[in-house]
Amino acid sequence: MAGYKGSKINPKKFERGQIKIILMVLPLALFMLFPIIFIFCHAFKPMDELFAYPPRFFVSRPSLDNFENLFRTARTSGIPLSRYVFNTLLVTLLVVLGAVILSTLAGFALSKLRFKGKYAIMELNNAALMFVPVAVMIPRYLTINTLGITNTYFAHVLPLISMPVCLFLIKQFIDQVPDALIEAAYIDGASDFRVYRKIILPLIKPAIATGALLAFQQVWGDLQSSTYYISNDGLRTLAFYMSTLTSAASSNSIAGQGMAAAASLIMFIPNLILFIVLQRNVMNTMAHSGIK
Amino acid sequence: MKKRNKIARKEYGNKQAYVFLGPYLILFIIFIIVPIAIAIGLSFTNFNTIEKPSFVGFMNYVTLLTKDEIFMQYVLPNTVTYALIVGPGGYALSFLLAWALAQISPAPRTILALILYSPSITSGVAMTALWKILFSGDQTGYINAWLIQAGIITEPIRWLVDTRFLLPIIIIIGLWSSMGVGFLAILAGILNSDESLYEAAAIDGVKNRFQEMIYITIPTMKPQMLFAAVMTIVGAFQNGAIGVQLSGANPTPGYAGQLIVNHIEDYGFIRYEMGYAAAVSVVLLGIVYVFSTVSKRLFTED
Repeated sequence: MAGYKGSKINPKKFERGQIKIILMVLPLALFMLFPIIFIFCHAFKPMDELFAYPPRFFVSRPSLDNFENLFRTARTSGIPLSRYVFNTLLVTLLVVLGAVILSTLAGFALSKLRFKGKYAIMELNNAALMFVPVAVMIPRYLTINTLGITNTYFAHVLPLISMPVCLFLIKQFIDQVPDALIEAAYIDGASDFRVYRKIILPLIKPAIATGALLAFQQVWGDLQSSTYYISNDGLRTLAFYMSTLTSAASSNSIAGQGMAAAASLIMFIPNLILFIVLQRNVMNTMAHSGIK
Repeated sequence: MKKRNKIARKEYGNKQAYVFLGPYLILFIIFIIVPIAIAIGLSFTNFNTIEKPSFVGFMNYVTLLTKDEIFMQYVLPNTVTYALIVGPGGYALSFLLAWALAQISPAPRTILALILYSPSITSGVAMTALWKILFSGDQTGYINAWLIQAGIITEPIRWLVDTRFLLPIIIIIGLWSSMGVGFLAILAGILNSDESLYEAAAIDGVKNRFQEMIYITIPTMKPQMLFAAVMTIVGAFQNGAIGVQLSGANPTPGYAGQLIVNHIEDYGFIRYEMGYAAAVSVVLLGIVYVFSTVSKRLFTED
């Protein structure tokens, strides 16, 4: 068969023809990667390399000075760094757990149970995919104020738990679980909750991982709650503290720059690791959730 | 069909469903629906956060359309430029890249996908530090130093303060971080499309990869394309705060990087004209809604 063979999508093996595609993607990949390599190098540059002129991209003598500075500054700031770390870990954990539990519960109901108002609720949630939280900062602030949860951990956690994207992906994934399985369980006398726990949860692990990843990304770098809903420094998160360092760096102090780079790196690494660990699940969810 | 009916019979009017749905729904209403409702309500008032809101009808919207020169002259054009480049641009880019990645073998594909996705997992804030350093306004700034060395410029450019450059820089950063969830959805969609379709198409006379893309890939994965489109659009507007972070000031110098999001913050949290800020918020939600609806039209069969 001469000419085009077709069906080269998702090849299992490497072929020569792929080289030119890799060559086309590579420049863009480099552009995407470049700032990230830069932040790695910058974070480990000792003082004289940060000062160097002409500036050099790669670090030649890596040192931990910036990280030491960061921790030293944190020690003098009245609130120990460990406090911010604790806040962030607590808030992140609660949001991720909350988002996953609530979304799987709701996803199960929306996908497999029959009740009044189901389609309206699904439509509403789909519309909320287009929700831009920054657009309603003020009303959200007023709501949180009215609830009386400013300056509490609730202000960090509650607004972020209901994630339309998370529910959407999980619900679509549950749609793929065969009804026959669930039916059999009902015939054996299982309750709704038992079906949810024993059948749904084990089968939708990829979707849970994806939901958790999205929730994590949302809460980990979140500044809004620390900035607007919290005025007590002891309750703010690491992301907020790091951003104060970043703005300190805008005064162009070189030491500040190195610290800001170190801070950015600290904020970036967990995200990266989590994504590497979960990426297979994420792709699986996107592919098999029959997104509609 | 029969199976479905059995479950349906057992479960129709299931009261327990509300127990499952309840916790999500309560938070959803409190933190998403109610704020939108309040925003719409407030947009018809004058509200300075101290006194009670006073009803002014459509005044805020009228002011926005007729008297707010900054909005008309800077904010709206900036936002439209930004959204038109980063929205469709980022979208096209993520489709092309996903499509290209689907043609190569698993190991390099995974690595490249990870590289392309990584900017979107850097929380915008953390990475501002980095872009600030790169675009630093004196000769020790990296971009400046390279351009000077290459002999393209002689004087350092104050990138983040110069009104000519701020918006383009914001757009570049927007594109840089635009390979988000949408990109992953498209990639997964292409990877899992039915191979036999491609074989059949080759027999039916599809001649090259480009035709394959137009006639098979895109039509078979409309759902993923739609999801990606919505997420890209929302992401584009979400990222809008970056100009203020880069230049360190709201309003940005000469309003050069002022986007709708910044305008809302400016009126809401700096001038305390909450009613007006709410009206701008409603306009922003409206814009996102219109963009998303248009893309929905494009990607769903009727």
